[in-house]
Amino acid sequence: MNALVTLASEVEVPENPLVPPIPELVIGLIAFFLVFGFLAKKLLPNINKVLDERRAAIEGGMEKAEAAQAEAQQVLEDYRAQLADARHEAARLRQEAQEQGAALIAEMRAEGQRQREEIIAAGHAQIEADRKQAAHTLRQDVGKLATDLAGKLVGESLEDHARQSRTIDRFLDELEAKSATDTAKAEAGR
Amino acid sequence: MSADMNTLAFNTECHLFIPGCGFEAPGLHSFVFDPLFSIGSFNFNKPMLLALLSTVVVVWFFWAAFGRAKVVPGKLQMIGEAGYDFVRRGLVYDALGKKEGEKYVPFMVSLFFFVWIMNLWSIIPVAQFPVTSVIAFPAGLALLVWLLWVGLTFKKHGFVGAFKNFSGYDKSLGWVLPLLMVIELLSNLIIRPFTHAVRLFANMFAGHMLIVMFTIASWYLLNGVGIVYAGASFVMTILMTAFELFIQAVQAYIFVLLACNYVQGALAEHH
Repeated sequence: MNALVTLASEVEVPENPLVPPIPELVIGLIAFFLVFGFLAKKLLPNINKVLDERRAAIEGGMEKAEAAQAEAQQVLEDYRAQLADARHEAARLRQEAQEQGAALIAEMRAEGQRQREEIIAAGHAQIEADRKQAAHTLRQDVGKLATDLAGKLVGESLEDHARQSRTIDRFLDELEAKSATDTAKAEAGR
Repeated sequence: MSADMNTLAFNTECHLFIPGCGFEAPGLHSFVFDPLFSIGSFNFNKPMLLALLSTVVVVWFFWAAFGRAKVVPGKLQMIGEAGYDFVRRGLVYDALGKKEGEKYVPFMVSLFFFVWIMNLWSIIPVAQFPVTSVIAFPAGLALLVWLLWVGLTFKKHGFVGAFKNFSGYDKSLGWVLPLLMVIELLSNLIIRPFTHAVRLFANMFAGHMLIVMFTIASWYLLNGVGIVYAGASFVMTILMTAFELFIQAVQAYIFVLLACNYVQGALAEHH
């Protein structure tokens, strides 16, 4: 720098190159202020406005996209929640149906069992009644046949009811006793 | 003086091996122009014309780019935005931060493009002269930056604070403090704007000198065997022109970078 100054002073020239001529200084400043004026007052605010608008547009677009995404996410979650609910409901219904079915089956089985037992019991009673009836009828028929046969053989009518009855009973009792011993013997022999 | 003389200012008849005429080296006279016209005592010369043309070019470009700016930019607007963003983000926001720096963006953008175009005239055919190689132009701009910096320092720190800021006041230095304060005051208030202007001036001055030197030499050597040297010199002219293209942008960048740093120093809390 100093070298430049001394160099400049040594060389024979009309002006020191480091001493600014005033007209140039003024013109330079005017030229600069013109640039500054146009840029600062008009052109840069212009572009700043546009840049802000662009940023707003981009941010607006991004916000919209974000909102849409959030909504989609929300919908998806709702849908998933609904699906899960539906699955639970279905499972619950199935479970209920199974329980109801099982209960029904059990009930029906119990009912069937009861009915069967009733029928069996009724059958047994019927059989017993029939057997008694048959036995009774048989006893009368056998008595009658026996007395008829005996009357025919003896030639006299065993009219006397009391005697007749006694004789028949005695005979039948003997018969029964005999058959009982026969069965006992048969079972013992087996 | 003719346009030729305005550009080169040397005797075009003179060549190597022609008796009675030597090489006329370019010098300080290469930076002095006769007036294009005069109004009274005011002489309008080529650097002034180029300075005003720089204004026209910068304003025209940004008018074309940003005059009807659109959200979806055209080609020119895109280029303009790139340049604008380069200064805004690369220089101003970087040094001052987005919040503090916003206010100074127009100034720094204007400064950068104005200085750059003034430098660029150096390699534009017919113009072929960097306006900033005349000290008055960088000096005026450096003066503006200096005024901005000093004004901001006073505004931010008050009179005493600004004085402390300029003088690097620091109690802990003890007896060295007076000496330091003198040096710092001198350095900050006088040398700083001077170097700010001279850095740009000297670079463009030297660059122009080199280009003129090789150009004149190419022409001067163009005789007989000298044609070989003339070729070499011409290649150097081309190389220096390319190099200048780079230096012009770098110097404009540095000028604005320093301006940003000075403003930053004014706004910073004193230390």
